[in-house]
Amino acid sequence: MLARFFADTLQLGVAQAMVTFVLALAAVYVARRQGIHLERESIVALIRGFIQIVLVGSILVFLFRGPSWASVFILFLMMLAAAGTAARRARGVSGAFVISFYGIAGGAGIVIVLMTWLGAIDPRMASLVPVGSMVIASAMNSNAIALERFRAEMKSQVGYIEAGLALGAAPDRVVAPYVQAAVGAGMIPRIDTLRALGIVWIPGLMAGMILAGSDPVYAAIYQFVVVGMVFAASGLTSVISTLLIRGRAFSPAEQLQLSVQE
Amino acid sequence: MPEGDGTSERLRTVLRTDHLTRVVEGRALVDDVSLSIERGEVVAIVGPSGSGKTSLLRLLNRLDEPTGGNVFYEEQDYREIPPRELRRRAGMLLQQPYLFPGTVSANLAYGPASHGENLPEDVISDLLQQVGLPGYGDRDVSRLSGGEAQRVSLARTLANGPEVLLLDEPTSALDESSQLGVEELICRIVGERQLTCLIVTHDRAQAVRIAGRAVVLEAGRVVDSVPTSEMKHAR
Repeated sequence: MLARFFADTLQLGVAQAMVTFVLALAAVYVARRQGIHLERESIVALIRGFIQIVLVGSILVFLFRGPSWASVFILFLMMLAAAGTAARRARGVSGAFVISFYGIAGGAGIVIVLMTWLGAIDPRMASLVPVGSMVIASAMNSNAIALERFRAEMKSQVGYIEAGLALGAAPDRVVAPYVQAAVGAGMIPRIDTLRALGIVWIPGLMAGMILAGSDPVYAAIYQFVVVGMVFAASGLTSVISTLLIRGRAFSPAEQLQLSVQE
Repeated sequence: MPEGDGTSERLRTVLRTDHLTRVVEGRALVDDVSLSIERGEVVAIVGPSGSGKTSLLRLLNRLDEPTGGNVFYEEQDYREIPPRELRRRAGMLLQQPYLFPGTVSANLAYGPASHGENLPEDVISDLLQQVGLPGYGDRDVSRLSGGEAQRVSLARTLANGPEVLLLDEPTSALDESSQLGVEELICRIVGERQLTCLIVTHDRAQAVRIAGRAVVLEAGRVVDSVPTSEMKHAR
């Protein structure tokens, strides 16, 4: 319907964004009626998200014309930003930023490099940056979930952990169940994504490829490839981050460190 | 505390703390504690709540790190002993049993398995017999009473073959009848195995029943060390 009133795509986009704003504000209003006061956070997040994505879109117009090595730089910056976001969510974990950066760079980085080398990701910036950003964003979420879960497990299981240490067990053995729980927690959302793929949701990348004229079957397969990469990156990130935080949870004399408990 | 001069005196001293101190956020939890514990001695650490009893015991098992002073096991600086070996030699029983999910046998085998030793079935049976729980090996720990769980916890600590037993208020979470049962068990096992034992308790009557000597702590400092027979005179 909106297309009837706006011939220019930019104007149409702004109109669509406005409608979305109204819908989102309606959701905030409904939540408010239920006593859930997230008005400020929601409105700030909506405006911030809109400005950020439009800015990125504008920058990409120029960057896509730039040299392909620039995409490595962009992905590196994205990893730094992702580590910062994940570290904020894992508050209370000592060294959360460094752990998150190594986890995301290790997990997402390996997958992006490997898949680009194999030719599964087009090395041109127009493809590498969007696909890479999906992989990094997912790794960021898994990282934050895994770190938070590990911290919560350590906090609630201090007695069992110290009972194990007091029996002369190695810290790695004592916390093995909590490492497993944390890695699992980081991966479960991605497993659910794979399970629901094509049934509950048809992801945007596939929809975009079909709209752009790609063969629907190839678009579907490529979407699976991307979701598979996301899954692999999340799994690797969860493992790397959890093992790194486990290393920081104990002192050289194998004592539980307070920085993880608090 | 008197320190021995000769070699035989040194060998008799199993555990010695030398100006042991732990300060956390400006507060001394353990303050300049110097103690000598002889082989086979049963010492009660008594004092009001927050006097540093548990903090002292945790330092001896090296669950926490001292900020000053030192500990010597058989005159060896305890920082020279690998932490896992130290914790096996000085077995600690916590206030709560903290049994790992699974069977009683699996819990008993946990410590030895940590250093690659497979605890034989007959040893598990013997340990359960000693703690008054014969035939409990296959029982799931979730089905145990509080007193039974603490007995299993004691057996689990003993499975490591410790020379020193560090008991942190082992009966405080139990009802009175279980408390007396566990107390008797501790006395019997410590006597039979000729273990050196430090028991933290806030109950002076319990200290008299179990220990030969009581060390009284106040605000992290040792304020008295007396035979329990003279406990009424302890400050």
